Amino acid sequence: MIKMNRHDFLKSTLLGGVAAVLGGEELQAQSPAPCDMAAVLGGAPDEMLKKALEMMGGISRFVKKGQKVTIKPNIAWNRTPERAGNTNPLLVAELVRLCIQAGASSVTVFDHTCDEWRRCYETSGVEEAARKAGAKVVSGNDERLYREVAIPGGKVLKRAKIHEAILDSDVWFNVPVLKHHGGAQLTISMKNYMGLVWDRRFFHRNDLQQCIADICLLKPRPALNIVDAYRVLKDHGPQGRSDADVVLAKGLFVSPDIIAVDTAALRFFNQIRKMSLESVTHITNGELLGLGTTDLKKVKILREKMSET
Amino acid sequence: MILRILRRLMAICIFGSLTFFFLDAAEILPACVSYLAKIQLVPAFLAHRWIIVVFLVFMTFFLGRFYCSTICPLGILQDIIARAGRFFSRKRKYTFSPAKNRLRWAVVLMTGIFIACGFSLALTLLDPYSIFGRTATNVFRPVYLSVNNLLSYFDTQSRVFPYVNPAVLSLEAFFFAFFVLLGIGILAYRNGRTYCNTICPLGTILGFLARFSLFKIRLAHDKCIGCGKCARQCKSSCIDIQQKKVDASRCVTCFNCLGICPTDALNFSLFSSGTKHSETHPDTDSRSSVTENTPCPPDGMSKRAFLVTLTAVLGAVKKGFSQPLEIFQTGKHPFTRSTPVAPPGAVSITHLKEHCTACHLCVSKCPVQILKPAFMEYGLDGAFMPHMEFSRGFCTYDCTLCGEVCPNGAILPLTQEEKHRTQVGHVVFLEKNCVVTVDGKNCGACAEHCPTQAVTMVPYKDSLTIPKIDPEICVGCGGCESICPVRPYKAIYVEGNQEHLRRKEFEDQKVEIEIDDFGF
Repeated sequence: MIKMNRHDFLKSTLLGGVAAVLGGEELQAQSPAPCDMAAVLGGAPDEMLKKALEMMGGISRFVKKGQKVTIKPNIAWNRTPERAGNTNPLLVAELVRLCIQAGASSVTVFDHTCDEWRRCYETSGVEEAARKAGAKVVSGNDERLYREVAIPGGKVLKRAKIHEAILDSDVWFNVPVLKHHGGAQLTISMKNYMGLVWDRRFFHRNDLQQCIADICLLKPRPALNIVDAYRVLKDHGPQGRSDADVVLAKGLFVSPDIIAVDTAALRFFNQIRKMSLESVTHITNGELLGLGTTDLKKVKILREKMSET
Repeated sequence: MILRILRRLMAICIFGSLTFFFLDAAEILPACVSYLAKIQLVPAFLAHRWIIVVFLVFMTFFLGRFYCSTICPLGILQDIIARAGRFFSRKRKYTFSPAKNRLRWAVVLMTGIFIACGFSLALTLLDPYSIFGRTATNVFRPVYLSVNNLLSYFDTQSRVFPYVNPAVLSLEAFFFAFFVLLGIGILAYRNGRTYCNTICPLGTILGFLARFSLFKIRLAHDKCIGCGKCARQCKSSCIDIQQKKVDASRCVTCFNCLGICPTDALNFSLFSSGTKHSETHPDTDSRSSVTENTPCPPDGMSKRAFLVTLTAVLGAVKKGFSQPLEIFQTGKHPFTRSTPVAPPGAVSITHLKEHCTACHLCVSKCPVQILKPAFMEYGLDGAFMPHMEFSRGFCTYDCTLCGEVCPNGAILPLTQEEKHRTQVGHVVFLEKNCVVTVDGKNCGACAEHCPTQAVTMVPYKDSLTIPKIDPEICVGCGGCESICPVRPYKAIYVEGNQEHLRRKEFEDQKVEIEIDDFGF
């Protein structure tokens, strides 16, 4: 019998065997976690990921043999990795490799891009890196790939069209990059959800910060939020307009608690540039929805400094 | 025979590649295929590629209307249509018709006068390559994309058939291209190269030069028995069997007549060969039927024309209904764009008008489909020339494709650096339409999509932020306008620049920041 946390245990008790048939997310293996969050500093993107996952108890805690894995990085813009507009390709590729090593039956990578998608996939380096590592890289810019689902508990956002790669996955990883953002102040794990959604204009029209919080109620939840802060866009986000906007910060934060990991990333960002938690209202809105905690004292964080080899 | 096959091979290669280059939704062909457009005579002339112009003129003096027979895509398209005409009705034969030289030169004169007056519309309307380009972009491409999308339905992740919006980009351009195609098509179906030999100013001028060409189709009077087989095969209707003359000004050197003659009286040669002895072939029927069956793709034009019409009309109808009605009605104040936005590299609207013949290659190649044929936006003399239209997307900051492919030098090629500094228009913010002021809701979509941060969000009231614009650093890409969620009138838009400017440099300084702590 697979061990479960209380939430999942109750759920599967209620649903009985049905859950097993319905598959995936209900039965994710959760042995007692060594920590709630792993924070790594100073290494190369792929090295830091390996370290962080070790600290979290290993990838096999999250990916079981034969499972369909989806990875959702941020590939929204037609920018090179040096310009920090997208998730680092080395990080994505390493995660693909680890999932395959853990026995994933398939690993799918996609994003609903803002710039023309084929150019984003190519320039960001993510497509090539992920594909070489063994992933299937799919488009997110075709409405037919999206299915409408309910967002139970959403204050403003009640329904949304979500990419099938997420809905059909057994496990998914939310892999954002930490960036300044003109509209949402910061874009981290929560804001990265907007790449799962087809009609983003609804968000902008109807209280962006609340919609971002609402969409994070979507099931299935990510197994982990993996925040890439290797290169951080400190200004003119989400695209950045020149090299002067990029800071080589070499950070990585991993947690299943999306509010905690975004709070940690915000604190990290504050070493580069002042940004209050109150101004990034989608994080506090998310806390009100019960998605996690901004109080990092309540979170068991393991920290590790390494040096880039 | 060899000549005929060679000519057909070359023609099909050039025509096929160029047509596919126009249709190619998956961006399979590299941008350098645009060279096939750059060797077209009018574009080469307008872009001052004199080597090409001199070469084509030299070839005309050497081989006759080589350009018309092999390079010109509209010529080959007419050949295909004409071939279909013969295929569906075997009785249909060509007959000689006298040259309409007055009409031909009148068109040349008119075009010349128009150009001299700085009015390029005549060239836009008559240049055969541009007519072909408009047909390919506005008629063939929607059909191709519909089929492409049908295939993409079976494989939503296909890179060969990626889903592309098939909607006709401009109804006016579609109808114009369609009726021109219909007209030229009917003429070609019935009588072959009628357009080339009565209207096309290029055909007239090259025809004039071809009269002096070294090699031409020559009819040996002493051998000719006046059977008229060649004339019935001549799609230029230029073999006068009564007078035993070939009108070199109208001959497009297709070589179709060469194998037909039972007495070998026709030759493609330097001099008339009247005395050379040759065998006669009494049994000629078999020969002509062989010619009938030469490996040229038989194509159902009537069926195709029907399909083209149907699908294109459907596409057009779809366009009318495909825009989902946005009912976010804070944008109550209409605005007018007084200057259309010309693509980066166009230098100025004047420069664009001077060089563009509306071949729509840029329109076909624009990966985000924002380059659209204008109608009256630039005025009558700028009809069908490309302008940027941001209802469905915006110009990709790093993309320089339109300038790379433009054969006319109307959109000059820009490096990425140059493009990043080129200001094709500037942002205008209409605060009274903005969702922040009207509804008191945060948005910021415009600032998010601005690559230069000419639009930024600044504190407004409470926790609200409102767009603030800095037009001096705006490049005019339309990111803000395309994403603005307000309807029916947007709250932010791009006003075009008559003359493209250089945007102000950023004043960003790179600051080294060392971080060796977590901060939490």
